[in-house]
Amino acid sequence: MSEPAIVAEGLTRRFGSFIAVDAISFTVERGEVFGFLGANGAGKTTAIRMLTGLLAPSAGSARVAGHDVATDPEAVRRSIGYMSQRFSLYEDLTVRENVELYGGIYGLSDSEIRDRGGALLESLGLTPWARTLVGAIPLGRKQKLAFSVALLHRPAIVFLDEPTGGVDPITRRQFWETIYETAARGTTVFVTTHYMDEAEYCDRISIMVEGRMVALGTPAELKERNAVASVDDLFVRLARAG
Amino acid sequence: MTAPAAQEDAVVVSDIAKSFGETRALDGVSFTVRPGELFGFIGPDGAGKTTLFRILTTLILPDAGSARVLGLDVDRDLWAIRSSVGYMPGRFSLYPDLTVEENLRFFAAVFGTTIAEGRAIIEPIWRQLSPFATRRADALSGGMKQKLALCCALVHRPRILFLDEPTTGVDAVSRREFWEILAELRATGLTTVVSTPYMDEAGRCDRVALIHGGRILGIAPPGALGAGFGHALVAVRGTNRFALLTLLRRHPDAISVYPFGAELHFTSRHSPTDAPAVARELAGWLAANGHAGAEVAPIEPGVEDTFMARMGDASPAGEAA
Amino acid sequence: MRGAALRAFIVKELQHIARDRQTLTVLLLMPLVQVLLFGNALRNDVRDIRLAVVDPSPSLTTQRLHDAFVATRRFRIVADARSMDEVEPLFRRGRADAALVIDPAFTEQLGRGEPARVLLVTDASDPNTGSTMQAYALSVLGDYERTLRGGGAAGIAVQTRMRFNPTLESVNLFIPGLIALVLTLVSALMTAISISREKERGTLEILLVSPLRPWQIIVGKVAPYIALGLANATTALAVAWLVFRVPFRGSALLLLGESLLYTVTSLALGVLIGANAPSQRAAMLGALVGTMLPNTLLSGMIFPIASMPAPLRLVTNVVPARWFIVIARGIMLKGVGLQHLWLETLVLCAMTAVLLALAVRRFHARIA
Repeated sequence: MSEPAIVAEGLTRRFGSFIAVDAISFTVERGEVFGFLGANGAGKTTAIRMLTGLLAPSAGSARVAGHDVATDPEAVRRSIGYMSQRFSLYEDLTVRENVELYGGIYGLSDSEIRDRGGALLESLGLTPWARTLVGAIPLGRKQKLAFSVALLHRPAIVFLDEPTGGVDPITRRQFWETIYETAARGTTVFVTTHYMDEAEYCDRISIMVEGRMVALGTPAELKERNAVASVDDLFVRLARAG
Repeated sequence: MTAPAAQEDAVVVSDIAKSFGETRALDGVSFTVRPGELFGFIGPDGAGKTTLFRILTTLILPDAGSARVLGLDVDRDLWAIRSSVGYMPGRFSLYPDLTVEENLRFFAAVFGTTIAEGRAIIEPIWRQLSPFATRRADALSGGMKQKLALCCALVHRPRILFLDEPTTGVDAVSRREFWEILAELRATGLTTVVSTPYMDEAGRCDRVALIHGGRILGIAPPGALGAGFGHALVAVRGTNRFALLTLLRRHPDAISVYPFGAELHFTSRHSPTDAPAVARELAGWLAANGHAGAEVAPIEPGVEDTFMARMGDASPAGEAA
Repeated sequence: MRGAALRAFIVKELQHIARDRQTLTVLLLMPLVQVLLFGNALRNDVRDIRLAVVDPSPSLTTQRLHDAFVATRRFRIVADARSMDEVEPLFRRGRADAALVIDPAFTEQLGRGEPARVLLVTDASDPNTGSTMQAYALSVLGDYERTLRGGGAAGIAVQTRMRFNPTLESVNLFIPGLIALVLTLVSALMTAISISREKERGTLEILLVSPLRPWQIIVGKVAPYIALGLANATTALAVAWLVFRVPFRGSALLLLGESLLYTVTSLALGVLIGANAPSQRAAMLGALVGTMLPNTLLSGMIFPIASMPAPLRLVTNVVPARWFIVIARGIMLKGVGLQHLWLETLVLCAMTAVLLALAVRRFHARIA
C-alpha cells in the first residue's frame, strides 16, 4: 500500500510555442524530504503549480497523494499543504484569526481548530502573540507559523516554496529542524530553495535547467558522479552546461 | 620623515540611529570604508541594510549620528553626493518597457553624460549584455536584469558604488558571475559597498560588516572574522544526520550544534586551542553511542559560524541548544 | 465541511474590511456625501435671477412693473438701462440672466387700450434654467396683467427670446462640461499613474539619487502629456462641432488655448495625487474620485450652480472645471473673447501654479 507520495511521468507544460516544463519524470517516496532546485525561469514554479493542481499539464501525467492532478485537482488540493515565501498568512489578521481561518478552510471542526491551533501556538511559543497582527511579528516566527498552519489539517504532503528566503541563519536552521521533525512523522516534504547548503539537508534532490530535469538523486551520489565537492558547485556545473 | 598623506576615507559613519514608528531600523551603527575597498554588509532581512544604504545615498536623514560620503555630509551636501554616487536599490528597478540600450542611454543622460563616455568602465558587463541590446528589459532573465542595473549605475563613472542586495533572488550561477564582475571593478580602484543576505558571498569582499537587528556584530576581513570566536569548533559528518544532531546536542560540552550543508558544526565549551582534542574525544563518544562511522575534524569558524555566535550573544533569547 | 470553509472565508473578508480603516471610511462616507450633494444640487427651482430692465421712457406704470418683479424676491434688478446696448455686454459677461425690455410707448399703449409690449430675453445657455426663468418671468407678468384688467387695459403682449441657445439644445449645455470632464479625467489619470508607478517600481529612488531636481522630474512627467492632452482636446472639440453640431461662435484658437491651459491644470492635479498616493491602484482611485465627482456634481456641468445653496456655491469655486466650463460656454455659445473671460483664465492659471507648487513641495528631495 506504499504508493509513492508523488509520481510524475513525462510531465509537460507548454505556453504557446514555449515549453516551460519538458517531460520530467520522477517519484517522491513517502516521508522523504525532497529538494526541487533550479534557476528562476527554469520551470520550477510551473512544475509546482501542476503538482499542486493549480495548472493542467499539456502532456504527461502526475499523481500526488494518490490523486491524478489532471482529472482530480480538487482532491489533490485537499490532501496537500502549501506554503510560499511570497504569500502565506494575512498580515492584517491576528495570529489566532489566521489559524482559525485556515482551519475553517481546510474543513476542520471547531474543536479540532481549538485544540490543534492551541497546541500549535504553544509549540511555537506564540501563545502570548495570539492577538497580535501577523504583520507585526518578526519574519522568522512568521515563517514558522506559516509552516505550521500549512500542516494544520495533517496533509500527507506539504509543498514549501522558498520558505527561508531572507531569514537569519539561526532561524533558517530551526526551520529545517521543524522540517525534519515533520518528515519523521511521515509527512512528505517537497521544498524549493536558493540556498544550496539547504539542498544538502534533503534526502534527494532534483535540478531543473530550461524545463528539463538534469539531475535526480541523493546529494552524495550526485556530487560523486559529477566530481564536485558541494551542491553549489554541482548546480553551477549543470546550469552552465545546460 | 613625513608619513604618507592619509587618503580620506570613502565613507565615515558615526553612531547612526534611525527609527520608523516603533521599529528601530538602525541602532548606533559606526564604520568606515577605505577608498578602493570592496566592502560587504552581511545580514538577513530586517537587519537595517536598506535603511543604511538610503541614508548613505541621501534619501533619508538619520535620527541621530553623522555620515560622510566622499568627504561630504549626507545632510548638507546631498546634491554633491548625488552626482558622484552610483546606486542600485533593492528590487530590479529599471524601466521594463524600455530596451537595454534605452535604459542605459537614459541614465547616462540624466547624469549629463553618454554611453560612449562610460564605455570603458562598463566594458566587462557590456560584453555580456550587448547581444541583448535591443531587447526589452522585462524580457531579460533575473541575472541579466541585475547586470543591466549595475551598468546603469556605472555608466556615469561614479566615485563610489552602493549596491543594495544585488544578488537576492538570483540563481547561483548568475550570482557568481555578478561577483566576478565586482572583482574586475575592484581592480580598477572603484570603492564599492555591497549588501547581501548570503553568507557565502562574504568571502569575496575585502572587509565585511555583520549586521543584524540594526546593530553591527563585527567588522573584519572575512578570513579574520573568526578570530574572536572563543570556542572550539568541530565539523561532524555521518549518516542519519537528524539523529546525529539530536545526539550531539546531548553532549555535556555542547554549546550549540547546527547543520551546515553536509556537515554538522559542533561548538564546544572548550577553547579553540583544544579543538583537536575535542574532535578526538567527540569521535570516541559518538562511536560509543552508535555512530562509529562518523567523521570528526576541527575547523576554523567561517562567516556564518561567527554570525550565528554573535547573534546569539546579542539577542536576549540566547541559544536554543 | 464545505459550509465551514465558506463561513471561515466570509469571516475573513469581514475582518479585512473592518481592519482597512481608510477604505471603510470612504465606503461609508461617500454615499452620504453623494446623497447630500446630489440632493442639494438636484434642484430645478432657480433662486437668484439677475434681471436687467431696459426702460427707455420710465413712468409710474413702468415703475410698478419694476416693483412687481422685485416683490417676488426671485428676481434681483442688476441694471436699469435705457437701451439694449447697455444690456448686451452684461449678457456676454454673464452678469445678467434675463432682461425685461419695455417698449418706449408702453404707458401710452396701456392708456390707448392696446396691448402693451414687452420683450423678455432669457440667457438659455443652460436650457433648463432658461426655461424656468422664463416661466417665472411670464408668471410675474401674468399677475401684473391681472392687476391691470380692471382699468380697461387690453393686457400685455409678451415676446420672448432665448438668448444664446434659441432651440434649447441640451447638448449645448452638456458638451462643454463633457469636454472638461474628459480632459480632466485622462490628464489627471495619466500623470497620477505615471508618478505612482515610478514610486512603486523603485526607479524613483534612482532618479532622486542623481543630479535631477524634483521640479525637473515633475516637469518631465507633465510635458509629454501636454501633447497628448492637446490631441484629446482637439478630438473632443471636433466631435462636439461635427457630430453634435454644438455652435462655435467664438474663436477656435482661443478655445484651444484655454483647453490647453485647462489640460495643464489637470496634469498638475494628477501629479499631486500621484505624489501622495501609496500605490498605483490608490493613485488611479484617487484620480477617478478626485476628478469625476467634483466635475459631475460641482462644476455646473449638469446641475446649475445658480440652483445650489450658498455654501455649496462657494465650494464650486475651487473646482477648476467650473471655471473652464464658463470659458468654454462663453466661447462656444456666446462667442465672447478674452476680454470677457480674463478673470476665469487668470483663476485657472493661478490654480495651476498652486497645484504645481504643492506637487513640487510634496516631492521634496528625500523620501522620508
